[in-house]
Amino acid sequence: MTVLVMSDSASLTPALQLEDLERHYGERVALSDVSLSLPAGQTLVVFGPNGAGKTTLLRVLATLLRPHAGKVRLLGKELPREGWAVRGRIGLLGHAPLLYRELSAEENLRFHARLHGVGELRVAEVLKAVGMEGRSGEPVKMLSRGMLQRVAVARAVLHEPEVLLLDEPYANLDPAAREQVTGLIGAGSGCTRVVCSHDPSGGVAEADVVLGLREGRQVMLKLARDVREGDIAGLYR
Amino acid sequence: MSTGSATHPPSTPPTIRVHPRPPGVAAVVLALLRKEFLVELRTLESVPGMALFAVSTFVVFHFALDATSVSGKEASGVLWVTLLFAAMLGVNRLFVADAEQGGFDAFLLAPVDRSALLIAKALALLAYLVVFELVAVPAFGLLLLEPSLGQSMPDLLAVLALADIGIAVIGTLVAALAVQTRARDLLGPLLALPLLVPIVIGAAKASAPLLAITGAGGSPTRWLLGLALYDLVFGLIAYAVFDFLLED
Repeated sequence: MTVLVMSDSASLTPALQLEDLERHYGERVALSDVSLSLPAGQTLVVFGPNGAGKTTLLRVLATLLRPHAGKVRLLGKELPREGWAVRGRIGLLGHAPLLYRELSAEENLRFHARLHGVGELRVAEVLKAVGMEGRSGEPVKMLSRGMLQRVAVARAVLHEPEVLLLDEPYANLDPAAREQVTGLIGAGSGCTRVVCSHDPSGGVAEADVVLGLREGRQVMLKLARDVREGDIAGLYR
Repeated sequence: MSTGSATHPPSTPPTIRVHPRPPGVAAVVLALLRKEFLVELRTLESVPGMALFAVSTFVVFHFALDATSVSGKEASGVLWVTLLFAAMLGVNRLFVADAEQGGFDAFLLAPVDRSALLIAKALALLAYLVVFELVAVPAFGLLLLEPSLGQSMPDLLAVLALADIGIAVIGTLVAALAVQTRARDLLGPLLALPLLVPIVIGAAKASAPLLAITGAGGSPTRWLLGLALYDLVFGLIAYAVFDFLLED
């Protein structure tokens, strides 16, 4: 097990701390002995083959799954005990868009806005930011996967979260759309980010810290600048 | 454990954000209800199915009983068994869109009181029951019932209201539990029916005198009180345990 300690100044206050995190699904170990610390405003990129535990890690951080052992602190709050205190400060963009198929993009976002106590002006703002203002009245079941992903991005950032949990956030996006959403969920967003990725070059480029998982175990934890060619590829062998 | 140490500047300085005040329970219930009714209006998955099932069942009873009309205890039994099984269709569908389309996760990620979901879903189910009974009860009167419904309607409405509240609360509780399992279509009715039997007994006993040929007597008060008490007890139980049902 490796713990990477970021030293120095107040600006590096950890937004995320994991200590020996464990999570099981019945007998199967989904995460085991995961420990790390991530300063506020930084990006942790998680690599690993399918079933390595990336999505489980995101769901634990999103307070949707309880850790079975170890400690999780997010934005200074201990999870799951103080989960209520961080829920409105997290934006989750997972594989599922969390949108009702029969409702339009605008109706979906208005619903989420009401759940987060966000004003309706913000709905128009984020729809414009992801370039979906022209199709916002159509049921989301009529949208292409790329458009659906753009609406999902809008949904994830609607309430201006401090922490973004992103599972392959650029999936299904064309280059123009990718550029469009980068301002909202990219490194320049000002958010602390945990990103699951299968794109070694792109992932490392946007990372401050890189975590490698295999079969739920932490097999690599490095500063992005220390990641060598072949480190990521080695995780998938 | 190996420990590394490094200084690494953040990607960008973390932004300080002012967060909106979390919405109150009433605002969340309204938002959930609005979404619920929009989805039902677009899909028509619950209410039309319940109404069609009830009317079909009355037709089947018409032939199975080999009688052109029924009254009293028999009529009350037919009515309440049919309404119960039709209601189960709505109970089974109650959380399906949320479970399949991520609505559960979206709700759990919001900084809101989780009992709002119980209240909203129970109110939505209650509304579905009322709308489907607007079709089913007159259909019962036309297809099977010997005495006219007119005279007994005010008392019957009271029985229907108390029974519907109980079905809505218990149905919501059970649906939230069942929807998280693989065998939700089987588990929902298996869990719900034993809990709903007292409601059917109470409602059938209270309705029988109202549906008798001899004319509308009032509903026995003790059965109405029993229904109200059952509703209250399960309302409190549901409020106490609903949070835990939503937890992982």
